[in-house]
Amino acid sequence: MARIDLQDLAHSYHPNPASDADYALKPMTRTWDDGGAYALLGPSGCGKTTLLNIISGLIIPSRGKILFDGADISTLPTEKRNIAQVFQFPVIYDTMSVYDNLAFPLRNRRVPEKEVDARVREIAGMLDLGRDLSRPATGLTADAKQKISLGRGLVRSDVSAILFDEPLTVIDPHLKWELRSKIKELHRRLPLTLIYVTHDQTEALTIADQVVVMYDGGVMQSGSPEDLFERPDHTFVGKFIGSPGMNILPCRLDGTTATVGDQAIAVPNVGRPTGNGPLELGIRPEYVTLAPVGIGLPVQIKRIDDLGRSRIARVELSGQALIATVPEGASITGTEASVLLDPRALHLYEGGFRRAPTQEVRPQEVHHG
Amino acid sequence: MDKTENNKAWWLVLPVFLVVAFSAILPLMTVVNYSMQDTFGNNQFFWNGVGWFIELLDPSTDLGGRFFDALWRNLMFSGIILAIEVPLGIAVALAMPRQGWTVAACLIVMALPLLVPWNVVGTIWQVFARSDIGLFGAVVNGLGIPFNYSQNALSAWVTIVLMDVWHWTSLVALLSYAGLKSIPDAYYQAARIDGASGWAVFRKIQLPKMRRVLLIAVLLRFMDSFMIYTEPFVVTGGGPGNSTTFLSIDLVKLALGQFDLGKAAAVSIVYNLIILAVCWVFYTVITQMDAKGRRS
Repeated sequence: MARIDLQDLAHSYHPNPASDADYALKPMTRTWDDGGAYALLGPSGCGKTTLLNIISGLIIPSRGKILFDGADISTLPTEKRNIAQVFQFPVIYDTMSVYDNLAFPLRNRRVPEKEVDARVREIAGMLDLGRDLSRPATGLTADAKQKISLGRGLVRSDVSAILFDEPLTVIDPHLKWELRSKIKELHRRLPLTLIYVTHDQTEALTIADQVVVMYDGGVMQSGSPEDLFERPDHTFVGKFIGSPGMNILPCRLDGTTATVGDQAIAVPNVGRPTGNGPLELGIRPEYVTLAPVGIGLPVQIKRIDDLGRSRIARVELSGQALIATVPEGASITGTEASVLLDPRALHLYEGGFRRAPTQEVRPQEVHHG
Repeated sequence: MDKTENNKAWWLVLPVFLVVAFSAILPLMTVVNYSMQDTFGNNQFFWNGVGWFIELLDPSTDLGGRFFDALWRNLMFSGIILAIEVPLGIAVALAMPRQGWTVAACLIVMALPLLVPWNVVGTIWQVFARSDIGLFGAVVNGLGIPFNYSQNALSAWVTIVLMDVWHWTSLVALLSYAGLKSIPDAYYQAARIDGASGWAVFRKIQLPKMRRVLLIAVLLRFMDSFMIYTEPFVVTGGGPGNSTTFLSIDLVKLALGQFDLGKAAAVSIVYNLIILAVCWVFYTVITQMDAKGRRS
């Protein structure tokens, strides 16, 4: 059990970092609650693995502190921290049986053999490895091996946080779902803080209560899956979360009227622009509906993509590319159409960052992807 | 389905047949031919059947005696150098740096002995270990330990074993290093999280991952040391006495020194069969390991 505090934490792989660009992880301060499930989500090279390795103690941060339940453990070696980690590729000890693999961390810590046996059998039961205990670990499938890696973390009764570094990369697609729900189930059963690194938003959004979106060494936004979907703090989050990502349109702003090309759109009042970078209008494709000519803003249809369950239209609004949802049963003819924008789902961004409306309006109905 | 039979297709096999015939079958049959006969010069040969083989496999005869003596010497030599070079090679590989410019420097230094021609290695040690002017030999003598490889069998063995260790340990080290490098970092990280000691990391991660390359290293070093000729020939010439006369040296003495072509041919065939048998054992072990690896 542990609450994890990061205090002004930063890391650079350069010995003498001169500028911000030298930092793989830019200074950050945040608190992760005991027993929470957190996902670190971001593209390759965003610093999420660096952050994970700092927490596990494989990297000593160049700046700042990490606290587990208030105790500073920034320089404590990995084996002294009460954490377990599951890596991208399954790590198993080839020469040992599944049982010995699971018992390994306990035997290294000189736990009495009777206790080892009880723990190993309990964890193997949870992971559905009970029947494979006596088999050599080397002959198993990738997902079973990954379960063993996970199991070696869970057998220790002193583990307070379990860290996952893109653990489903080498797992077959149809087993990913299964292993994902297994992890979620284990997290419900065991009092652990769970930190899950991934670049796959589906994984992040299904596993975590709180998703930390990272980009270029910094945290762009941390919030519930709903927050990230409905109110992205940054255009990066808007584009990265959702499939397809958020529409971002350069615009001009005059009071509560945003102008995209030659089209005026009513927006919530966000106050006066501060001049910190260009203004952009953001709206998720889910809240842009294709309609017959004349009902909304005029657009040209470029392409219709059939996603199976739904269809999306790639259109142009005053020369700006825009993605819209095609309502069920709508028939599309010709290239001329119009779009309706849900006014409650419109966001204004200045220099990439969201300008919160002076009065926050929340969409009442949520249509997730 | 009807197939047209055309026996002219057999002519297509002819080139391969000719190449194999001239490169392998004919030379081998020449040796087999010699092994069945005796000669006293003048190109006169006398039929001896399997006589040489019977004599050869009987340690109480003159021929059998020297054959088995040389064989035991050879096996002992291979055993000693494997017992030294494999653990030493692994130790060196473990001590080598994993990154930075020192990696390249180490690899080059390690590769150097492997690039020295065998004859030159022999000459270097022939001089290096001399008790009068050789740096090594003179120093050992200076320390009060009698050392003379041309008169003392133990000194001769120490010299050729040291020479082989100097020459070939880097091969084992380089192969082990390649095996070590192929272990992903995650294994070491996982081991740290699992609280594994350095010895456990070696036993449970490094050694199993090096198993394949080590087997190849053992095979190469065994075959090479079992067939060793040049270096001991240059350093000791098989002496003092017959104390460093290995199979290949003995074979040359028989064939070219005494011109006993029949005996030499018989020894060649048995020598060859031993090597084939060892090869077969190694081949079986490696393919079985491969089959096991594929299942995982």
